Amino acid sequence: MASLKINEGNFEAEVLQSDVPVLVDFWASWCGPCKMLGPIIEEISEERSDIKVCKVDVDENGDLAEKYNVMSIPFVALFKGGEIVKKSVGAVPKSELLKLLED
Amino acid sequence: MKKDVIIIGAGIAGLTAAIYVLRAGHSALCIEGANYGGQIVNSPEVENYPGYQNISGFDLVNTVFEQAKALGMEYQNDKVLSVKKEGDGFVVSGEAASYEAASVIIATGAKRRKLGVSGEERLSGLGVSYCATCDGMFYRKKDTIVCGGGNTALEDAMFLSNFCNHVTICHRRDGFRGEPKLLEQLKEKDNVSFVTDVTVDEIAGAEKVEKLIYTDHKTGAKGEIPANGIFIAVGQIPDTEFVKDLISLDEAGYVIAGEDCATNVPGIFAAGDCRKKPVRQLTTAAADGTVAGLAAAQYTE
Repeated sequence: MASLKINEGNFEAEVLQSDVPVLVDFWASWCGPCKMLGPIIEEISEERSDIKVCKVDVDENGDLAEKYNVMSIPFVALFKGGEIVKKSVGAVPKSELLKLLED
Repeated sequence: MKKDVIIIGAGIAGLTAAIYVLRAGHSALCIEGANYGGQIVNSPEVENYPGYQNISGFDLVNTVFEQAKALGMEYQNDKVLSVKKEGDGFVVSGEAASYEAASVIIATGAKRRKLGVSGEERLSGLGVSYCATCDGMFYRKKDTIVCGGGNTALEDAMFLSNFCNHVTICHRRDGFRGEPKLLEQLKEKDNVSFVTDVTVDEIAGAEKVEKLIYTDHKTGAKGEIPANGIFIAVGQIPDTEFVKDLISLDEAGYVIAGEDCATNVPGIFAAGDCRKKPVRQLTTAAADGTVAGLAAAQYTE
């Protein structure tokens, strides 16, 4: 499944209220390392049916970025039960992102 | 299977080397510990690479990566831990696997040096940043500090001063190594101030960065600067730790190799920012990649 575009309107329903863990990629169009991570995020989205993968454009959703203390991007966070349980900052390899999904 | 040439690092130097190795009719495996692209990925605009008036670092390096792949470059994501001489070739050991080649090109580049103070690691990504162009936008109308006295520090300060409330440049010496013209421009800005001849002691903050604590060299007094963000630009360190027992490095860790990119070990070449040299630009990385690629190809024959 392709990743889901998230904004302030659907964040509550899609991320906070989700029954399954949600991997959220905070990114921006001007951020090179974010673009590097983009295809990897999509791969994970296609490969993992046990989680939901979402993308938040920080330019369009500044309040969400501020709420979760996003100060460096790419910022990838794993949400469980409405809270961030793990996160990764920077353009890390896929293996590092998959570690976020290990219990 | 043994390759002709293994290239460690997939920035502009490594990818250019791959292009030349492949076009010389040899096989090339490129191994990268992070994502391909290198430091230029952080540059939103590149305007000094011939052939492009303006292109993003991401787009530029993506094009070069695709070019190398189209020529037959094999690419492996793995962190290289060591290189050893074995028989008439080399064994490259990574976290995931081991690889063999007749010749090796070290093109691992350099990364931003850390300040090495208390709080830096803990608050990294929570106000401490090593990339002003990546993270600067999160500090619109906020107070920031740039640590460093070189060109990168001055450029970062100039960039941030365009939208931050205030930028303090914090430097351990009185004098600056950066461009005098840039320094003059910064001194004329109302929202830029200088704290010089100090040692940074600590970056403090509970959940995120709140302030920087320093000691003044002249008076010995402690001082602090409140800030939302702290950008560290105190130079670079080459990523060469894994070959320090095999090839000659200078005291800063750069590979000692001349314009022929040859190291002291026959068959091992160095290209790009990890090589000891005066100018580190995209164009010189590409030039090194060319020289090292051709030399490695010739060595395998």
